[in-house]
Amino acid sequence: MKPGTTSSACIALLRRDLLLVWRRRGDALNPLLFAIIVVALFPLALGPETTVLARIAAGTIFVAVLLAMLLSLDALFRSDLEDGSLEQLVVSPHPLALLIGCKIFIHWLTTALPLIVIAPLLAQLLQLPSQVLPVLMIALALATPLLSLIGAVCVALTVGMRRSGMLLTLLVLPLIVPALIFGAGACNAAQDGFAYSAPLLWLAAWLVLSIIIAPLAAAAALKISLS
Amino acid sequence: MHESADEPRALLQAQSLCFARNDEVIFGPLDFSLHAGETVLIEGDNGSGKTTLLKVLSGLLDPTSGDVLLHGAPLTLAKLSHQVALLGHLPGLKLELSALENLRFATGMGGIRPGITPHLALASVGLEGYEDAPLRTLSAGQRKRVALARLLLVPAALWLLDEPYANLDRSGIDLVNRLLDHHARRGGAALITSHGAYAFTSGTPRRIALKASA
Amino acid sequence: MNPLVLWFHKLGSPPYFYSFAGRWIPWLYGIALVAAAFGFYGALFTAPADYQQGDSFRIMYVHVPCAWMGLFAYLFMAVNGFIALVWRIKLSETLAMASAPIGAAFTFITLVTGSLWGKPTWGTWWTWDARLTSELVLLFLYFGVIGLYHAIEDRRQAARAAAFLALIGVVNLPIVHYSVIWWNTLHQGQTVSLIGPSKIAPSMLWPLLTLAIATHMYFFASLFARARVALLELESGKEWVRALLPVTETSHD
Repeated sequence: MKPGTTSSACIALLRRDLLLVWRRRGDALNPLLFAIIVVALFPLALGPETTVLARIAAGTIFVAVLLAMLLSLDALFRSDLEDGSLEQLVVSPHPLALLIGCKIFIHWLTTALPLIVIAPLLAQLLQLPSQVLPVLMIALALATPLLSLIGAVCVALTVGMRRSGMLLTLLVLPLIVPALIFGAGACNAAQDGFAYSAPLLWLAAWLVLSIIIAPLAAAAALKISLS
Repeated sequence: MHESADEPRALLQAQSLCFARNDEVIFGPLDFSLHAGETVLIEGDNGSGKTTLLKVLSGLLDPTSGDVLLHGAPLTLAKLSHQVALLGHLPGLKLELSALENLRFATGMGGIRPGITPHLALASVGLEGYEDAPLRTLSAGQRKRVALARLLLVPAALWLLDEPYANLDRSGIDLVNRLLDHHARRGGAALITSHGAYAFTSGTPRRIALKASA
Repeated sequence: MNPLVLWFHKLGSPPYFYSFAGRWIPWLYGIALVAAAFGFYGALFTAPADYQQGDSFRIMYVHVPCAWMGLFAYLFMAVNGFIALVWRIKLSETLAMASAPIGAAFTFITLVTGSLWGKPTWGTWWTWDARLTSELVLLFLYFGVIGLYHAIEDRRQAARAAAFLALIGVVNLPIVHYSVIWWNTLHQGQTVSLIGPSKIAPSMLWPLLTLAIATHMYFFASLFARARVALLELESGKEWVRALLPVTETSHD
């Protein structure tokens, strides 16, 4: 007999989830469209003055990206729960936290990375000064995995519920406040010509901590929800 | 083998196993053992805890009291040795993927028996020619057969099957019985639940009866 | 076994806790009332007016004890949640979930009084100062725990899930706090400290401490009352609950 190794299990899971996203690639575009529309609403509401838009650009983009990711978070375990795949994951001989870590990575790769890629477009829509754009990209690259990780723990807690959308928002947003503060704050500091590395380092430290703790916490939360 | 002749070590052993939810006993206390080459039928009415028992035995739920031993070791450690394959109410298959893609995922997760391939497994459950069709286009019975093909592929000695006969036609029921026979003959064991609507075609298996708690 | 440990074991059993809490509730409410009366007398009559803020500073006597209790109740909830998750003690689940609404209420009072104080002091009902913002996030965390608890059908599973969320909140709370401080460092420095030398006059301090005692006593009285009801509901099928009912009702079967 040839038992499967943990690394082959992770690769199989990553391949399957990527394939599933690819088969439903129309759905994967929704967060992008959502973020673009939200960002486009702000100039319509506030008027097209360049100075006003540039002032709120970084914060608006951050909020739009976080909300877009939040909308797709609900589906992280839903289809797996509904077709019994989640049971198979829990029963499998591999560490559940690692398997959940793979799923979180796929969520980040397929929702957050495209959002980061279109961030320059969003920045252009809101007249963000071009020297701030690199800071915005770095801040998004650090803050979005945090949302995927912390969000996954909250999704795991609400996994058995029929209508969890609003509740999930209530659970995730307070926990994600520091990511917004540090991320958007770093951009604002850069825009005003202040030092911006400290908040980015804080984000990085918090991210490292979350990468270690969040998959374990999500696995424990999932066990509670499935019991 | 060094085990004493009078008591060969059981593949699966439950010792005063009990599960309660919110102080309400779902089943138990149960004592039974399952040896290699055995197929045991768990009988009981709806709500008697059959599915819960399988979930406890597979490690999905923690028992309230009592122990589950696999090859004489507690379940959590034995799980590492790829001993258990669970087929629950839900097949655990992705409708967007083809039968072959689903099986490749299963072997990636759980490993593969020597001498069998996903193609061969699909052929032996009667799904030759459906390898690349998305599962969405298959019928419920055909999806169940894909799930049975997964059992053939994954190197697990203990099968835990929840209502394996549901959704299957006459030939499908025969297929389940043939798979169980085959599995038993090569030294595996199976625990299956049924509310009693289907009879085995060959032989009479040992039965464990669960009573619905009042 | 050590008598203290033994007592804790006994306390963990619902029927013992039920009668224990029942005996203590009137005393706790009584002490809370007396301490509150003394504290408010000191706060409103003996404490001198602040040389900068005048009489408006007196709202601090409600604001500060409530802010302490908001945090204390959260910690209490998290510690009990931890015990409930690790040792699966039913009483801890009940206590953790009973303290959530009380803590949320204290946090809400903190926000309202902070806003009332803000009007004469800063000239506006709400400013995004660091501590008020942290309190706001704390209130949202409470709402998350309470919302999750009520969204899950199974009471005990709901308590465990909500307790888990409370624990995540505890890990996150310091990060929230420091991020908010970094974001806005406008607030006046801390004026009250129980450990170091205090910067406020003793005549201003003792009413504050008395009121802190009152809020703690009220918290435990209210907690016990809530936990008693929750335990009755949870254990409604048990022998000890039936024994509490009037005899006429139990003789039917």
